[in-house]
Amino acid sequence: MAEQTESKRPADPGHGPLVRVRGLEFSRGGRQIFDDVDIDIPRGKVTAIMGPSGSGKTTLLKLIGAQLRPESGSIVVDGVDMHNLSRQALFETRKRMGMLFQSGALLTDLSVFENVAFPLREHTRLPESMIRTLVLMKLEAVGLRSARGLMPRELSGGMARRVALARAIALDPMMIMYDEPFSGQDPISMGILVQLIRRLNDALGLTSIVVSHDVRETASIADYMYVLSDGKIVGEGTPEAMGRADSDWVRQFMEGLPDGPVPFHYPGPDYVDDLLAETRR
Amino acid sequence: MIALLRGLGRWGLRFFARLGRAHIFFFYVIAALPGLLPRFRLVVIQMWAVGVLSLLIIIVSGLFVGMVLGLQGYNTLSDFGAEESLGVAVAKSLIRELGPVITALLFAGRAGSALTAEIGLMKATEQLDGMEMMAVDPLRRVIAPRFLAGVLSMPMLAVMFTAVGVIGGYFVGVGLLGVDEGAFWSQMQAKVELRADIVNGVLIKSFVFGVVVTWIAVFEGYDAVPTSEGVSIATTRTVVSSSLAVLALDFVLTALMFNQ
Repeated sequence: MAEQTESKRPADPGHGPLVRVRGLEFSRGGRQIFDDVDIDIPRGKVTAIMGPSGSGKTTLLKLIGAQLRPESGSIVVDGVDMHNLSRQALFETRKRMGMLFQSGALLTDLSVFENVAFPLREHTRLPESMIRTLVLMKLEAVGLRSARGLMPRELSGGMARRVALARAIALDPMMIMYDEPFSGQDPISMGILVQLIRRLNDALGLTSIVVSHDVRETASIADYMYVLSDGKIVGEGTPEAMGRADSDWVRQFMEGLPDGPVPFHYPGPDYVDDLLAETRR
Repeated sequence: MIALLRGLGRWGLRFFARLGRAHIFFFYVIAALPGLLPRFRLVVIQMWAVGVLSLLIIIVSGLFVGMVLGLQGYNTLSDFGAEESLGVAVAKSLIRELGPVITALLFAGRAGSALTAEIGLMKATEQLDGMEMMAVDPLRRVIAPRFLAGVLSMPMLAVMFTAVGVIGGYFVGVGLLGVDEGAFWSQMQAKVELRADIVNGVLIKSFVFGVVVTWIAVFEGYDAVPTSEGVSIATTRTVVSSSLAVLALDFVLTALMFNQ
């Protein structure tokens, strides 16, 4: 009994990094996505996880949110081991975590207002007038109070993400995870989202994890960055430090160079050999 | 030969793994049903989608099936001078077999495919993942209300199909072919039994079909590969599997209920 109580008690809530990833290993379809990865996400900061497409950034968020289970290693969020919880305890922890999906993941049969009200209705017994006030406050924070009557199909991609952001902060979470928040956005929408992530993080005292491959935008708001490649962390530091990094890999990624450690050409036989293969035969 | 055996083994393993998943899923959904009582509104909304919106196809089909039964029944019965029994023939055919079976087949095509497509698309557009991350269990919030709505709607639709079918048979038999109206209704009243025919046929059969068709539909959606092709395959599979399941189960139920 004592052991049970001990295991449910957060190890170090309120102190140290909010998210502590240790020795993370995960593979899918025979491919190693993470190979002994350690990551610390500091409290109250915006931390960027960067890397090229397919490097496992979204998978990392799903592992942190315990939607996926690692093969080995641990992921501790605010002192709670995310992969050692009952379903009920996991859901209790998730109420304190927000996630912004790449698609927005808005419920298509509900209006903007009802989407933002959804977590409030599901998890609280607040009176309707209070729900209305809270929803309007969250929508005001993302600049879409007047769009509350629209349906998701009537929103642009950027607006859908802002509504999803309002929904993610509806329950005043301790952290928000952003999955590729800038991809496919026009410059104005991108600028709005960049500012929103930083402003909401500071105003609400959140901890933000931004998964992205948009280097300039992410570096402009991140306090700390991790760069992933081939299942490992190949670089980490402040955006300024990353800009001065010696690593060829980090430089190629930060400067968007077409060739380097990640080759321009898909691996295969020599070009000349390939061209002359028919003649030689 | 070895390759053939290996392929067969792989297919078998996949089939039984899927069957196992479907059963675990079913028990989770059943366990989630009591939680719907305080929020029955969710079920009512889904009953509108799967039940009320299926009414048109059910009523139109019921009418035509009843009319065909009236016509065919009259042609056969009149050879023996037994046209007055047309009411019984139409009613028993509809109540025992055609009502529940055709309703279930139409229900699988209209509501079952829509359920699978809706849930599959919710999965493909990360709406189910989004709910999970908002600490809302999609099985309780999305699947269970749809399942219960399907199970409750199916018997009601079968009753409507059967009632409209009888009216269709009456219209053709009495209205067009001149069967005596009194004989049509009185023989039906005398020969159709509440427990043996109506409870067994329309209610129990359609309840079982409702459970099976809706279970297949929601499971296929939930288990769909989250791509447009995956949703398309899942939708097709719902219609095919549930139609076959309905026909096979109909034989089993008929053998159990009406085998004298």
